[in-house]
Amino acid sequence: MHDHDQHHDDDHEHPHGAAHGHKDGHGHAHAPPQRDHDADPMTPYEVLEEALRTLLIEKGILTNQQISAAVDLMDSRSPALGAKVVAHAWADPAFKRRLLKDTRAALAELGIDIGAVAEFATVENTPKVHNVIVCTLCSCYPKMLLGIPPAWYKSRAYRARTVVDPRGVLKEFGVELPADVEVRVHDSTADLRYIVLPMRPKNTKGWSEEQLAGLVTRDCMIGTALPLEPRRAKAA
Amino acid sequence: MVTTARHGPALRRHHRFAAGDRVHVASRPVLGHCRTPWFLRGKNGIVVHVHGTYRNPEQLAYHRPGLPMQTLYKVRFRQTDVWKHYPGPHGDNIEVDVYEHWLEPADHA
Repeated sequence: MHDHDQHHDDDHEHPHGAAHGHKDGHGHAHAPPQRDHDADPMTPYEVLEEALRTLLIEKGILTNQQISAAVDLMDSRSPALGAKVVAHAWADPAFKRRLLKDTRAALAELGIDIGAVAEFATVENTPKVHNVIVCTLCSCYPKMLLGIPPAWYKSRAYRARTVVDPRGVLKEFGVELPADVEVRVHDSTADLRYIVLPMRPKNTKGWSEEQLAGLVTRDCMIGTALPLEPRRAKAA
Repeated sequence: MVTTARHGPALRRHHRFAAGDRVHVASRPVLGHCRTPWFLRGKNGIVVHVHGTYRNPEQLAYHRPGLPMQTLYKVRFRQTDVWKHYPGPHGDNIEVDVYEHWLEPADHA
């Protein structure tokens, strides 16, 4: 395995931890593949977070209960909530018009409070326009409707490539659009968060909103997918 | 907490641009926090929507009040205008929210 050259001795200087992958069976205990606690020193960002949180609590600006409540609120938001909104818009054209015109007010009708941090806007897919959401500067996302974004949405690759070659990115997600359909990228760089209203799939006449919501995936509300086809959803 | 236009005070009455106006994104350099993506500097687009007024994030980032409030516009750019080698068809667009102080009338650019 090793070349017997001048570097050989250096190998033995390496600390023997979970990461070492050579010289199996030489007698010492291996670290478990996953440790049961974090023993590493805190990263600078972890130190910063703890210092800030501790100060805010000490100075009486926030309480631990408020922080927990905010975490719980975030946990209550998931793509299922967005799917419910999309299904309602498909079923009720008047609601759809209100959603497109004033997303905040339309969501409030359904008892969904999007908070005061950002404004929301809905963009509608049509036979002529397919919308895709990205945030090139950071990773702005309609969290209050869809929950925590997927890791790829925050990746530099998605953020950088979606603006330059949206059709190439969509193809990798399995969406290929004809050239006469406009691909419209929305870069949410500022105070608005966007959600895509996909087109209602064919052959869903008479479906309940609950059934319709089952066709609405997270990715089709970002614009990187189309809703599930009725047959596929039924089989699933 | 940063508030949105709906909740913020001191709404400006006048918006410099309206939907349909052709605008040019300033290509001036900037130090520090900025929400105008670099790839749009010097590009021309069309205002498609006036979102309202918001506190200026370039100031908010440094704990300043962000006033006067800036009108925020949704601006549509042709992908083939933004990227020299855009691989898709001519009809594709990118829409970006840009604050008023980054926009000039396109005709005077």
